[in-house]
Amino acid sequence: MVITPVTIAFFIMAAFTLGGSLGVVTNRNLFHAALYLILALFGAAGLFVLLEAPFLAAVQVLIYVGAISVLIAITIMVTRRIMGVESANRQWPLSALVGLLLAATLGFVIMDRFAGKFPVAGVPDDSLTRLGMALVSYEGMEAYLVPFEVASVLLLAAMIGAIVVARK
Amino acid sequence: MGDIFTTIYNFLLSLLIGLGADQVVADAIITFLAAAVLATCVLLILIFNIWLERKVLGRIQDRIGPNRVGPYGIFQTVADLTKLLTKEIIIPSGADLVPFFLAPILMVASVILVWAVIPFTGKTIGTDVNIGVLYFVAVSSLGIMAVLLAGWSSNNKYALLGAFRAVAMLVSYEVPMILMLLVPVLLSGSMRMGEIAAAQSIWYVFSMPLAAFIFLIAMTAEIGRSPFDLLEAESEIVAGYQTEYSGFAFAMFYAAEWAHAFTMCALVATLFLGGWRGPGAEQYPTLGFIYLAIKIYVVYFFSIWSRGTLPRIRIDHVMSFCWKFLIPLALILIVLTTLVDKIAQILLINRFPNYLSMATPADMLPRAGILLAVNLVVGLVAIGWIALVGRRERRHQTAAEHPASVEAGMATR
Repeated sequence: MVITPVTIAFFIMAAFTLGGSLGVVTNRNLFHAALYLILALFGAAGLFVLLEAPFLAAVQVLIYVGAISVLIAITIMVTRRIMGVESANRQWPLSALVGLLLAATLGFVIMDRFAGKFPVAGVPDDSLTRLGMALVSYEGMEAYLVPFEVASVLLLAAMIGAIVVARK
Repeated sequence: MGDIFTTIYNFLLSLLIGLGADQVVADAIITFLAAAVLATCVLLILIFNIWLERKVLGRIQDRIGPNRVGPYGIFQTVADLTKLLTKEIIIPSGADLVPFFLAPILMVASVILVWAVIPFTGKTIGTDVNIGVLYFVAVSSLGIMAVLLAGWSSNNKYALLGAFRAVAMLVSYEVPMILMLLVPVLLSGSMRMGEIAAAQSIWYVFSMPLAAFIFLIAMTAEIGRSPFDLLEAESEIVAGYQTEYSGFAFAMFYAAEWAHAFTMCALVATLFLGGWRGPGAEQYPTLGFIYLAIKIYVVYFFSIWSRGTLPRIRIDHVMSFCWKFLIPLALILIVLTTLVDKIAQILLINRFPNYLSMATPADMLPRAGILLAVNLVVGLVAIGWIALVGRRERRHQTAAEHPASVEAGMATR
């Protein structure tokens, strides 16, 4: 294997992601677990950058670090007696099984990739423009207008629901 | 006077290659060097900015301002900085150490990182990523996390309450700010900062003055300056989330706050005031750098001015102003301008074939005029609506306090 700056960066980012994830599930202190989650999400953003998908990287940081993590942190802060609880409950064998299955599935996919079953698609220069066009076009191969709008309506409904619940 | 940055780059490159470095390695070294120099310069210029702000604030408030250390007190900040750096860092008992020290670092980083996408001249920009505007939004969201970390890890109720207030305010004002960030993106058709600056043959502040103004208000809230300086309220939450910080850790928060103000001014200058553009800036890129500096300081002066003259708003008013006025206004403005722009484009494309061109001011004029008209109409309606609501509120108040005066017709303020 050839060591290039990109591979070094990949291993650093992979270490961030894996180490962070491990920290999330093993830490007793919930707030520290949230911090580890941020580290893992940052690692994932770095991986997106290495895959030449800066848009996804920026959105990853914006939504997961800037919004979701802040939400998690505030939820932890305003909830009483949440610290230091046992981090696993009686259903942990089941969760472990599901986790293993997921890892195995992903592993098989990656193995297929190594075997050369899927061709490597190059990244087009105007990926951002094409992403934008795909989200607003309603015919052709890359038409995601309807899913995009459905997702928007879903989020709007969730927002209104949250406000209604909060007002009660 | 050519492009000074290219000259420096070429000099360093030939120097490193002369020393026996590979082309790739030399490029990498220069990139790291440039990043380090940029980050350091942003922090160093604060020494001047803090002096400037204190001096101008002093004059606005009919004082002299700093005048003891050096001519016109220009070395006052250096003295203050030395004092801050030599002070002890007091760690409160029960503090969560890692987040406690991570917070100031994150805070400074979230500000400094923005400078990577600010175009200094037509050719010089840290990195002209195709998601420049989104990068700014993503990076500045780190600051919110830093505030939460600081408030939580200090183990102090005032710090935590201050952090909650800061987060509520920052998240709220992020909404109109991001909506108004859409305006330059829509008009220039690009999220690259370099292209946005280059597209402004007519500055966007002239075609979209209301958008620039909303952005300025949201920016003032984001950097926590008066009338939105509620992140630090001595009588309510002491110093807010940074209550427990001292010495160097406090200095970092302090530096981040000032650097944030300066950075946001640079952003306004780039997005709405044409960035490096000015007469002759295309032939002589170094001139563009000077234009950018002038524009940044004009916005900065405006920010100091509002800080020196406007009183503080109550926190519930701050929030309702954002959610009930600023966000609806921003939404209406964006929808209306895009709609009118599209209709005008269809109607006028025959008469003005260059309607969408951004090459010369003459090309941009019809579009800018139409956008300006929409902005003025929306702005006037908004002001009229505010005046109406305000008058009704005052009448209600007077009626509640002095019922007789209303009947006598005295409450016609």
